[in-house]
Amino acid sequence: MRISAVRCAVAFAAVITAAGSAQAQKQTVKLAFIGPLTGGVSANGIGGRNSADLAVRLRNDEAKAKYKYELVSLDDECKPNIAVQAATKAASDNSIIAGVTHYCSVTAIATVDTYHKFGFPVVVWGAVLPDITYRNKYAEVHRVNGTMINQNDVAAKFMTGLGFKRWVVIHDTTDYGKAHDKYFTDYLNKYGGQIVGRFGVTADQQDFTAELTKAKELKPDVIYFGGLTPIGVRIRSQMDRLGLQAVFEGTSGIKSDAYIEGLGAKLAEGSLSFIEGAPAEKLPGGNFFTSQYAAQRYDQGPEAYGPFAFAAASLLMDVIEKVGPNRKRVIDELAKVKDRDSIIGKITFDDHGQNVVPLISKYVVQDGKWVLWEDSDYGQGKRKLK
Amino acid sequence: MDVGLLGQYVANGLMLGMIYAMVAVGFTLFFGVLDVIQFSHGDVLTVGAFAGLATYIGLTLAGIASPWLQLAAVLLVAVAAMALLGALIGKYLVLPLRAAPPLNVLLLTLMLGAALRECVRLFYPQGANPKPFPRLLPADTLALGSFSLRLDNALLLAAGLAAIAAVHLVITRTRLGLAIRAVAQDAETARIMGIDFERIVLVTFALGSGLAAAAGVMNGLYYNEINFSIGLLLGVIGFSAAVVGGLGNIYGAILGGFLFAALQTIGAVLLPAIFRGVPSAYKDVFAFAAVIAFMAWRPTGLIAERSAERV
Repeated sequence: MRISAVRCAVAFAAVITAAGSAQAQKQTVKLAFIGPLTGGVSANGIGGRNSADLAVRLRNDEAKAKYKYELVSLDDECKPNIAVQAATKAASDNSIIAGVTHYCSVTAIATVDTYHKFGFPVVVWGAVLPDITYRNKYAEVHRVNGTMINQNDVAAKFMTGLGFKRWVVIHDTTDYGKAHDKYFTDYLNKYGGQIVGRFGVTADQQDFTAELTKAKELKPDVIYFGGLTPIGVRIRSQMDRLGLQAVFEGTSGIKSDAYIEGLGAKLAEGSLSFIEGAPAEKLPGGNFFTSQYAAQRYDQGPEAYGPFAFAAASLLMDVIEKVGPNRKRVIDELAKVKDRDSIIGKITFDDHGQNVVPLISKYVVQDGKWVLWEDSDYGQGKRKLK
Repeated sequence: MDVGLLGQYVANGLMLGMIYAMVAVGFTLFFGVLDVIQFSHGDVLTVGAFAGLATYIGLTLAGIASPWLQLAAVLLVAVAAMALLGALIGKYLVLPLRAAPPLNVLLLTLMLGAALRECVRLFYPQGANPKPFPRLLPADTLALGSFSLRLDNALLLAAGLAAIAAVHLVITRTRLGLAIRAVAQDAETARIMGIDFERIVLVTFALGSGLAAAAGVMNGLYYNEINFSIGLLLGVIGFSAAVVGGLGNIYGAILGGFLFAALQTIGAVLLPAIFRGVPSAYKDVFAFAAVIAFMAWRPTGLIAERSAERV
């Protein structure tokens, strides 16, 4: 008994030393992760951080990886001013080679100039505002997820197809919310829906009863909401308080478990969301991602954009493996990314660094879960939206 | 616009106004007895709401599931804890600075407010995130045409009214209230008459802060959500309401609270209707601009302070 214990200890020590010496030979390369780690949408930020962290851990476990990677997590609080500070901190640190950056559109658009100025390559993992990649032509800025343009195209077509006629639009007055309003309105006009009222609200507003009472008077079939989870929860809950009967149609901004948690399954039932890509389990590498994520026992789920953060981090590490930890060479190499396999499907950057994501998925809350429309009781005609 | 919808607007405005009035009454009480502006009042409300939430979570963990019992405990703990906090603020931060310029108290409490807010953010588990507040009141709905009255809204309104009425009764009908009024009118003379000045000041701080805690819990029950920064805007609005009504006058504070809620509701409805492209988000701009106009018209408030009627 005693001998075996000693043997174990020796073997363990040997393993540790071996691992230590193997790692000591590898150069450490730092990547930055920036996202909202506190505040109303922190569930999404932490899900993204964990997913990027997972990519780094898996890479470090690979014996043939040339470098040892380290993830530096920074909080942008979903606020533009804080985001610029975080971006500057990451970009001005020469030991950090590249970044997996931003869930919130307001932070992503605020920081593109910073990244460009410092020549710091980034891959956006969650923000959907088209301007982030399309307003400028910055070689540093890339995005693995899609933009809100396709999202709203599909949403407008789908909803008019279901026979809804009258919409009230509520959006937050940030660039993000305003752009949702713009693109949704454009496509809704194209598909023949009618917008009977429009309300711009602040992103931290608490009371929506005045707006919603006015909306109630307009008798809409659908309330379209262009904004993020926290005020989405408030608006949906106050709709109920005022007895406003309409379908609640959100965007990718409310596709999070926090939305359902905040409302409870009963109130969240029937809320809609549209998001690019497919659910994790239907993605090419989705099962791999889900099982690896579960194995790490993070205390929160990956949320909707976790797989994108994972893909962004993996892509950056692939590139660094190939060209070495040099920002300039990483930027040059990222420009060449075409039909690259990843867990979210093929990644192809266009000349603006935007991944061309053709697929948009439709989700509905059913019994306290986001369910793909086609798989839901609603999609199969067993339940009706109300 | 039909009558039902008008009723709905009025009901929304009343609920908002009730919360504002409860905050404003606190400001006015503090100003009345001590001529100070206690700027951390809004954040005391936040801490009160979080104390209530923590109590609820504790009770749920302990297996007590009766909503009425939970509600009573939540209110009791929040009000008692904030009354104590208010008294402590009065004793250790405000009273020692009596001889100093009033600006010092204002600055000190402003900083205390920031400290309280940050403490909630940092030390409450995941305090930076909005927290769902439990629905402890029955949610039966009475629909009258386009007007839907929820039982919980009606109960909250009644509770707010009762709280303000209780404070009013304490001040006008009890010996304690007599002492508070005496101190407010003339602290020196009140002392000569044998009134324990410090005790009365502390009781007033406890009373105002307890009321803020009740407002915080009401706010949570109404919106079913609280976050660390709710007190910031509520504090500013409550203070403005107290000033518009006439600092030092309870009726003025109540009037100011309801006036501000009415302005916000009107702003949210009329702005987008009159000016195309102006979002309803400008309702606060509208309401505060109107307050500035009121201040220019009646610099001492709608119900101007006469020292004989103070508090």
